[in-house]
Amino acid sequence: MSVEKIRSLIAQHGRLSIDIEALKNADDLYRAGLTSHASVNLMLALEDEFDIEFPESYLKRGTFESINSIGMALAEITGDMSMAN
Amino acid sequence: MAVTSHTSTETSRRDFFAEAATVASTAVAASADSVDKEARFPTESIEALKASKLLGAMIRPELGGGGATISELGRVIETLSAQCASTAMIYAMHQIQVACLVHHGETPELLDYTRKVAAEELLLASATTEIGVGGDVRTSLCAIEHGGAGRYTLTKEAGVISYGEYADAILATARRSPDAANSDQVIVVVPAADRTLEQRGSWDTLGFRGTCSLGFLLTAQGPLSNIIPTPYADVSAQTMLPTSHITWGHVWLGIAEGAMAKARAYVRAAARKSPGITPPGALRVAEAMTVLHQFRALVHGAARDYEEALDDPTRLTSMGFAIQMNNLKLSSSTLVVDIVGRAMQVCGISGYREDSPYSLSRALRDAHGAALMVNNDRIYNTTAQMLLIAKDV
Repeated sequence: MSVEKIRSLIAQHGRLSIDIEALKNADDLYRAGLTSHASVNLMLALEDEFDIEFPESYLKRGTFESINSIGMALAEITGDMSMAN
Repeated sequence: MAVTSHTSTETSRRDFFAEAATVASTAVAASADSVDKEARFPTESIEALKASKLLGAMIRPELGGGGATISELGRVIETLSAQCASTAMIYAMHQIQVACLVHHGETPELLDYTRKVAAEELLLASATTEIGVGGDVRTSLCAIEHGGAGRYTLTKEAGVISYGEYADAILATARRSPDAANSDQVIVVVPAADRTLEQRGSWDTLGFRGTCSLGFLLTAQGPLSNIIPTPYADVSAQTMLPTSHITWGHVWLGIAEGAMAKARAYVRAAARKSPGITPPGALRVAEAMTVLHQFRALVHGAARDYEEALDDPTRLTSMGFAIQMNNLKLSSSTLVVDIVGRAMQVCGISGYREDSPYSLSRALRDAHGAALMVNNDRIYNTTAQMLLIAKDV
């Protein structure tokens, strides 16, 4: 379920150059057009949606590399490992 | 190779500052006014820097360069800038491109090219801006097109390529391929033989007139091996952002140092005329020196911080570090205008004149470029964005 939420937030805030439906969970979001500016907005939306705060150690390019890596980061931050799926 | 890599010992270490001081006081000082007046490329200064082997100063000794640290390069830039900010800015922009090769040009072909830059003291320029992207260098419209047989072609409407027609190579950003996103960029090294430049517009500005920052239509073709393998996003964050702001910071600092040197000379001359009476400008000089010392600490400290962060990738790629580098630019570009203004107060009408030895005309005009070349408002916007999520700043 969280993957669907992540997808929906990427669709709203990611400003990708391709359709979100065409994006696989492991695909590189930066190659799909995610900019650092858009990644900030995406992060803010994720913080609001999941009621979390990204610690400093997650504020790096790798965290937002793919839908999977975002899911993994959320799982680690919340301690809810089901979010990694 | 293992033998040569150990030849750069403390005893054989070059004194880059002394070498730069010699070039600055001769070729650079002699040509600075005419470079400014005619808005021409500082040929004599760049030739003198080449003759002193200062263009390849940052390249590792095992590749034939001088092995200078960013702090040492900073002092070179500062020294040049006190005489001619255009020369210093060209030297700074060149070193930013060299840094990209030094830190990211790890393929055998690019290592060979880096050796060539050191051996032949080649001058590198940059084509990052593009017409149609609103000044955002992290966006490209043009794309690398694969031409077959391991070759590429590229056509770029470059809004600015500073000293483009005088450069031995241009490092150009472009989308990775025609179907890549606008932000999915790479850098390609384009030697002069691989390119044509069609001039667009002119360069007739208040300051930095010698940088000849004209627009060009760049067309290039060459081997795919001239593309730096690291994505431009990483090159930009890890190397271009810090080296740009640190080297530019030294350019602005050098302008301030040059202006203060004139203010101090002016006050000293007044003091000699009437010993026993402290000239009115002396107090202003004392006041301005406190600001100059802050400025030095800021710029020199940032260079040392970057040197330390080079061994710490987590720090280098952190938002806190990016914000620190942005703030270096914002502070130093403001301080230079402040200091030159204070020097003008001290020198009075002699500083205001064009025909006086204390003239601050060029320093004043150059100083105002600092906040505009990559506009401070754009940088404040980026920092404001980052501060929404950054924690350790």
